[in-house]
Amino acid sequence: MTATLPNLGKDLTGLEHLTPEQIRLILDTAEPFKEVSERPIKKVPALRGKTIVNLFFEASTRTRISFEFAEKRLSADTVNVAATGSSVSKGETLVDTAKNLEAMRIDMVVIRHPSSGAAGFLGQRIRSNVINAGDGKHEHPTQALLDLLTIRDKHGRIEGLKVCLVGDVLHSRVARSNIWGLTKLGAQVGVCGPHTLMPRGIEELGVKFFPRIEEAIEWADVLNVLRLQLERMEKGFIPSLREYYRVWGVTPERLERSPRPITIMHPGPMNRGVEIDSRVADGPHSVILDQVTNGVAVRMAVLYLLAGGRPELADAAKRGGGGAE
Amino acid sequence: MTPPILLKGGRVIDPSRGLDHVADLLVVDGKIAAVGAGLAAPAGAEVRSVAGKVVAPGLVDVHVHMREPGNEDEETVASGARAAVAGGFTAVCAMPNTDPVTDNQAAVGFIVRQSVRAGLARVYPIGAVSVGQRGEKLAEFGEMVGAGAVAVSDDGRPVASSHLMRTALEYARTFGIPVADHCEDPTLAAGGVMHEGLVATRLGLKGIPAAAEEIMVGRDCLLAGLTGGHVHLCHMSTRGSVDLIRRAKAQGIRVTAEVTPHHLTLTDHACEGYETHAKMNPPLREAADVAALRAALQEGVIDCIASDHAPHAYDEKEAAFDDAPFGIVGLETAFAVAHTELVGGGVLTLPELVARMSTEPAKIFHLPGGTLAVGAPADVVVLDAAAQWTVDPATFRSKSRNTPFAGRALTGRALLTLVAGKTVHDLAAPAVS
Repeated sequence: MTATLPNLGKDLTGLEHLTPEQIRLILDTAEPFKEVSERPIKKVPALRGKTIVNLFFEASTRTRISFEFAEKRLSADTVNVAATGSSVSKGETLVDTAKNLEAMRIDMVVIRHPSSGAAGFLGQRIRSNVINAGDGKHEHPTQALLDLLTIRDKHGRIEGLKVCLVGDVLHSRVARSNIWGLTKLGAQVGVCGPHTLMPRGIEELGVKFFPRIEEAIEWADVLNVLRLQLERMEKGFIPSLREYYRVWGVTPERLERSPRPITIMHPGPMNRGVEIDSRVADGPHSVILDQVTNGVAVRMAVLYLLAGGRPELADAAKRGGGGAE
Repeated sequence: MTPPILLKGGRVIDPSRGLDHVADLLVVDGKIAAVGAGLAAPAGAEVRSVAGKVVAPGLVDVHVHMREPGNEDEETVASGARAAVAGGFTAVCAMPNTDPVTDNQAAVGFIVRQSVRAGLARVYPIGAVSVGQRGEKLAEFGEMVGAGAVAVSDDGRPVASSHLMRTALEYARTFGIPVADHCEDPTLAAGGVMHEGLVATRLGLKGIPAAAEEIMVGRDCLLAGLTGGHVHLCHMSTRGSVDLIRRAKAQGIRVTAEVTPHHLTLTDHACEGYETHAKMNPPLREAADVAALRAALQEGVIDCIASDHAPHAYDEKEAAFDDAPFGIVGLETAFAVAHTELVGGGVLTLPELVARMSTEPAKIFHLPGGTLAVGAPADVVVLDAAAQWTVDPATFRSKSRNTPFAGRALTGRALLTLVAGKTVHDLAAPAVS
């Protein structure tokens, strides 16, 4: 039976090159791991004896903590390295970091880096498994996987749903990973925001562009509202946060005109009153905190599968049996 | 004085005189002494049969980076000149973005001396347009030309100020030199690392739109029209630039342009997988751009091929795409890439290719060479147009290895290179040094 199951390969650097079967495998493997976090003793021995380095070249709170919980709940030994603001050029640091990590015989690296392609670069140079926790504007695969899991939980399916990513698609790795994951699983994907924040050729990726939020709301079943980096205003992509909220903000008044309830998602951290109104973020259709909860389960699944864990043993793993040897 | 050399029975191609026929070529005292059938060898002459091979004026590259002074670990005038002759080039023009910048007569004289000392290809310095290439104050063109500069350029960065470009074009007229511009609107290109298009969108890399180049091409053509100066447009990469140059030339504006072998053969897809050897500025564009550049070269809208030979240390390219430097080496692959793709692909005939890589660049930069006329310096290349070889960067004479053509099977290479009648490259006897 295992022979017919898809394998994830050595690294998880993005969703673009995964098959729908591989993506479903991760989501399905995450299911049994959800329960582990609900127990009083939140620990299973699946990755006992494995060493994992969380290598963060960019500031991150949520993703780093989520990975760390996932690792610890699987009993891995973890080390956090925050390599920000080095005077050495980033590229040189990365090559040398890779060689040094390899020399320490670690098992897995979770990397976040400001340069697109950095996770793949590292993966090509070390034998350890590499998991991309966000590389530049390229991909953030575990974020998209937890988004997919949350949508599936809420709607019972992904295929056929209309999911619209709202905001700064140009600079967003979350948007790219979501586009790949959603389209591969049969959802229709929309993007909405100012033209200045849309990458060239985005529609050629198979997505529908909505210049105005009202049109996106009329179309969508799910809105995934991206964080608007405050520096985008300084760099001249938008004139002001105030106007952004007026034109593209997701507000209860706008959502009221939708023919159906719309599921509201946000990868966090939110700018309340900029891209999303607080009443929407805290409203009945918001699944923003479910995303955070699912993040741990999805990351446990990814770690488990890359470490060689067999998906059908995930249930046993969470009961304290079979590991990933 | 080197002994006379008689090259017997080759296909002699001399675009400067429209010649393409089987003949002997005799070199005496460093000059072309005769071209014709059945030439007799003078006493002491080295006689080589080059039957089945091509005898052409040495190739001329008006755009290379020698990295000396400043980055001698990547290239020196000597190592670059050695790479040049191995690629069939007898003359190259060295861009001034060295460290310190080649922006005065002493710095220009240094390049000339290093070239003479190496005794390989002729390395002609290009002086900076502005002091320190800072885009503020004109460098001393007159003194630099006196010391041996053949053009001025701030290549590596654009001349951002239209006023500075205007004065450079006007001032250069006195000395009869072209102003070579790296066309890039710095505000549009800022932070970009590859062509702005679908591939950049997928890879999550910041793009450089075609308009960043075209705005400056348009501006430079207008300023050349305004001033009557000669603007030379470096490494053209977009179809829009081709249209602008075609229009300017039709209006009689003094504009010339070059294109690199890589922009004639590769597209932004070469950047897939974050391949840093495909990172260059201007970036590799789209298939429609490649097609337009090829047509422009055929038509003469683009005058010549230049390599933009840009050496970088191996570990600099061993980085994430954003962090790697722009540029690739090209001297040792330029002819073969162009021959394989353009002559092999029916875009140019071999004589047309020789014109675009020798006669034309020599003409637009007013360099000796590009001709086999009797009495001209004997800068000659013997090409084997049928030679099949595979690019192996480990064998490069350049100090650097950064090429996107590694492993590429190519047809055509330089067998023998003579500069002023002296053998400086001989594939049959690779020990020449």
